[in-house]
Amino acid sequence: FLNETVENVRLIDRTAPRKAMVGTLYLSATHTIFVENNPETRRETWVLHSMVASVERPPTTPSGSHLVVHTKNFQVVQLLIPQERDAMDVQASLARLSRPEKYSELYCLSINPNANKEEREESWSFLDLQADYRRMGVPNNLWVSTPANSEYRVCDTYPSELFVPKSATPPVIVGSSKFRSRGPSDPFFSQAAICRCSQPLSGFSARSQEDEQMLEAIMKSNPGSDYIYVVDTRPKLNAMANRAAGKGYENEDHYANIKLQFIGIENIHVMRNSQQKISDVGELKTPSMGDFLWGLESSGWLKHIKAVLDAGVFIAKAVAEEGISVVVHCSDGWDRTAQACSVASVLLEPYYRTMKGLMLLIERDWVSFGHKFSHRYNHLEGDPKEVSPVIDQFLECVWQLSEQFPCAFEFNERFLVQLHRHVYSCQYGNFLGNSQKERRDMGLRERTHSLWPQLWKDRAQYANPLYRADHTQTQGILRPNTTPYCFKMWKGMYNRVEKSSPPRQTPTDLLTAVREETQQLEEELTNHQEVAPGGTAQPGTKQGIQTRSRNAPNERCSLRPIYKFINVSLLITIN
Amino acid sequence: MEFAELIKTPRVDGVVLRRPFLPTVEGTLCLTGHHLILSSRQDNTEELWLLHANIDAIEKRFVGSLGTIIVKCKDLRVIQLDIPGMEECLNIASSIEVLSTLDSVSLMYPFFYRPMFQVIEDGWKSFLPEDAFKDLESMTEEWRLSDVNKDYSVCSSYPPLVAVPKDVDDDTLRKAAAFRHGGRFPVLSYYHKKNGMVMMRSGQPLTGTNGRRCKEDEKLINATLRAGKRGYIIDTRTVSVAQQAKARGGGFESEANYPQWRRIHKAIERSSILQESLIKLVEACNDQSHSMDRWLSKLEASNWQTHVKEILTTACLAAQCIDREGASVLVHGTEGTDSTLQVTSLAQIILDPACRTIQGFQALVEREWLQAGHPFQQRCSQSAYSNSKPRCEAPVFLLFLDCVWQILRQFPCSFQFSQHFLVLLFEHTYASQFGTFMGNSASERSKLNLSQKTVSLWSWVNRPQEVERLSNPLYEANCLVIWPSVAPQSLLLWEGVFLRWKRSSRCLDEAYDEMVHIIQYNNKELQNKVNNLRRQLAQLETEEEEED
Repeated sequence: FLNETVENVRLIDRTAPRKAMVGTLYLSATHTIFVENNPETRRETWVLHSMVASVERPPTTPSGSHLVVHTKNFQVVQLLIPQERDAMDVQASLARLSRPEKYSELYCLSINPNANKEEREESWSFLDLQADYRRMGVPNNLWVSTPANSEYRVCDTYPSELFVPKSATPPVIVGSSKFRSRGPSDPFFSQAAICRCSQPLSGFSARSQEDEQMLEAIMKSNPGSDYIYVVDTRPKLNAMANRAAGKGYENEDHYANIKLQFIGIENIHVMRNSQQKISDVGELKTPSMGDFLWGLESSGWLKHIKAVLDAGVFIAKAVAEEGISVVVHCSDGWDRTAQACSVASVLLEPYYRTMKGLMLLIERDWVSFGHKFSHRYNHLEGDPKEVSPVIDQFLECVWQLSEQFPCAFEFNERFLVQLHRHVYSCQYGNFLGNSQKERRDMGLRERTHSLWPQLWKDRAQYANPLYRADHTQTQGILRPNTTPYCFKMWKGMYNRVEKSSPPRQTPTDLLTAVREETQQLEEELTNHQEVAPGGTAQPGTKQGIQTRSRNAPNERCSLRPIYKFINVSLLITIN
Repeated sequence: MEFAELIKTPRVDGVVLRRPFLPTVEGTLCLTGHHLILSSRQDNTEELWLLHANIDAIEKRFVGSLGTIIVKCKDLRVIQLDIPGMEECLNIASSIEVLSTLDSVSLMYPFFYRPMFQVIEDGWKSFLPEDAFKDLESMTEEWRLSDVNKDYSVCSSYPPLVAVPKDVDDDTLRKAAAFRHGGRFPVLSYYHKKNGMVMMRSGQPLTGTNGRRCKEDEKLINATLRAGKRGYIIDTRTVSVAQQAKARGGGFESEANYPQWRRIHKAIERSSILQESLIKLVEACNDQSHSMDRWLSKLEASNWQTHVKEILTTACLAAQCIDREGASVLVHGTEGTDSTLQVTSLAQIILDPACRTIQGFQALVEREWLQAGHPFQQRCSQSAYSNSKPRCEAPVFLLFLDCVWQILRQFPCSFQFSQHFLVLLFEHTYASQFGTFMGNSASERSKLNLSQKTVSLWSWVNRPQEVERLSNPLYEANCLVIWPSVAPQSLLLWEGVFLRWKRSSRCLDEAYDEMVHIIQYNNKELQNKVNNLRRQLAQLETEEEEED
């Protein structure tokens, strides 16, 4: 519907402003595309409109108008457009294109769903949540699936299938859910269980017998324990303030055998401001060390990351070391609760540290349990106060963990960065809407594709070469050190723009290349071994050997640098 | 003096040792002239052998008759000894205090140490200036080796042999030396093969307040310029610090007298400030109860990372002038023995791939630090815990190592050595059984006759098993200039030194082993197997052809 083209545009390299590429800027319905004029390279830079966070236009200079495009994943594209008029047009178009008002304008819904019908249907069956619950061993003689929410009547932000203690009768479930907007249910199960819910509507004195029975039932479903932890992930002050609004936290006098624990994760508004500050720190042009460290401190970001990780550590310890079940809540039970429960799952269960496992965990703790993706990640023009980097913080916790346990994760940093991107990009239907019910009502499975099989297809580039399923570090529960000095700024997220010659080397890329080479050698070895004893080489095998011997030892050097330096083009192209 | 006089209680039984990451050990504590030893007298339990020279400070505490000594080491480790009996504890403590602060050089451990390994190559002879000059000669004829300082009379902190421009005679050198701080006249530090540009270093010129000049000094440094070319003088001090130096007889090169040179001032701090910084940083790292805000503000207040950034930036500038601008460079600060050497040695790491090998790095340390007269003994006699007032102590070399680690981290495939090598050098500069880092200059080392009476650290390092331990599995020779990022976002706290005893490195070590495993499996085992089979196959094929 729109095809703006502007010629003689300069794409400015922020680290070396004098080295700009000259080219043509195209605005398509879905992307902003810059194509370099240089006929030899014709480098293309693509920016998906839904990734655009803001477009600034500093005062016009004699050489033209600058446009500074910030993306939602903290990249910056700076353009110099000769005519002010054109710059204003582009800015206006981008502002409109990057802030759709209806779901139907989003990328994943703008393509014909039936072009690849089979592939689409298959993509949605890639992950099986049922199988994950079976893997955890539920249902069993203590925990059962309840039909109470099958039509989202009890709680419209919960999934239709919930697991609850067997001893909890339907009136208890319904009663408990009325006392909370979201009744307790179980996302993680070993012997002890992690359950999640929203805050109780306790106010200063209200109580609900059913809710008390529900928590009692949770405790009883863990034979041998005589109490449960109720983890309120909020700062105690916030929780107390909520009492005035008829909400709050569990009164330990009313609930037999609970231990209440406050963790102190701040609310979504604090986090939103904090992330703005840390991304500013990442973008500082030539800061002094003092500017940087002061910025890091005053952003508070690492403090918040530590709080989320501490919450996960507390829960994981309770479950794995003390064998005590935990009920986790915050206010609504879809932000901090999701963070704390999913971090705990990553710490507890090696499976969630694999690629498929992490996908499943996000599908279960975030997608199915009603995290408000479209509100939090600003998919549509809406209330800016609803926006907050909740899942960003979860992904960063995983990254911080992977820095402490380099062999424990099947995926590398790129996988996390890519996940983060797609939470915002709306190229796939997975994260649209704010609950399972909304997604069902929109018919997303019929109209869009799922992200997961796409990531899986590209898994070679997301693999951590140091991961080994049988490594001691991979096994069992992770016990991270959460002393402040163990946290670093996530450079791969907040400070990506940086060019150098020669390009930065990453051990991951080198090791991946070596791994691939090893695989080729191993194949060759098998082929040789097949051939050697018989004494006669089959024509087919010979062929195989010849092609592979291109990577013979004397030419090995040519293979590796390619992998080492691959980053350059990836950095520049944002598509 | 006999050591025995200083040791009031040579052994105590029932002492309990607590140290980071290792199980508590109970055993017998013995004091010898140079070591504090704790032995459980059981197999398989690790014993403690601690050089007194490694002890920076001790603290005593008493609960009833149980005494506790906290031993704080120069390598930043803190260990605790629980000693039954108040008298024993006091005796041990006072003996350690005396033994760890002995001033007499001749009593130092390297003179008593006998190697338990076979010396394959004598490290004292591994890096002779004559040999280094041979390499230079193969590249250019514009330089000569001068023995003007053969009896250390021209410059007490220079070695007997220095490389100077061929056209400058010894007499000129003598006069130029009189015009430079400590007699440190400009000498060759590095020759950039790619374009023939050079880096020189010196002490500050003694211009004083009335702007004294020295024609010989001007002639000396101008002799290094190509016709019509300009050079850069990098003064590691700020303009105001350099101005103030004039009042004390020092100063800087004026534009009027050095018209062919452009002077650039940077801001590397003086050594006393660096020592303060180290103390603050270690303090911050040791308090685990900090909140995130407090940790970050303490890290910032220590200023350590600022020094790292400043030193790296200056080194990059020097390297840039040489490689990018095609200009020669003279680097100096005040004395020319500290910040100057940080800059010249780091610039070489950036420019010269040879310095990134194990041997090449040793040669660099030998050339740019030991021969160049960095006063190791003064700078490294105390570390971050010492209670006594610092005199000349400063972590100048540690900061250099930290900067190398930053580059290594940014270019993990371009160095033949791993950070283990850097940590090892840090340890040995503060306390060592080897004589390498003793003394403050070549002249002091020669007076102590170290090459005859002590073992060189390089003799130990260059044994095959040690070389293997220090090697970087990711290394692939990279002949390019490597430009590190000096943005604060790219510079990290050196965990390998500052958090080494604070957090377990088990998981990181495992990752490192895994990396070694992947590469070795590929390079050694698999390559060999495949090559063998290839050969066999080729043979079979020829036989086949012959049959046909």
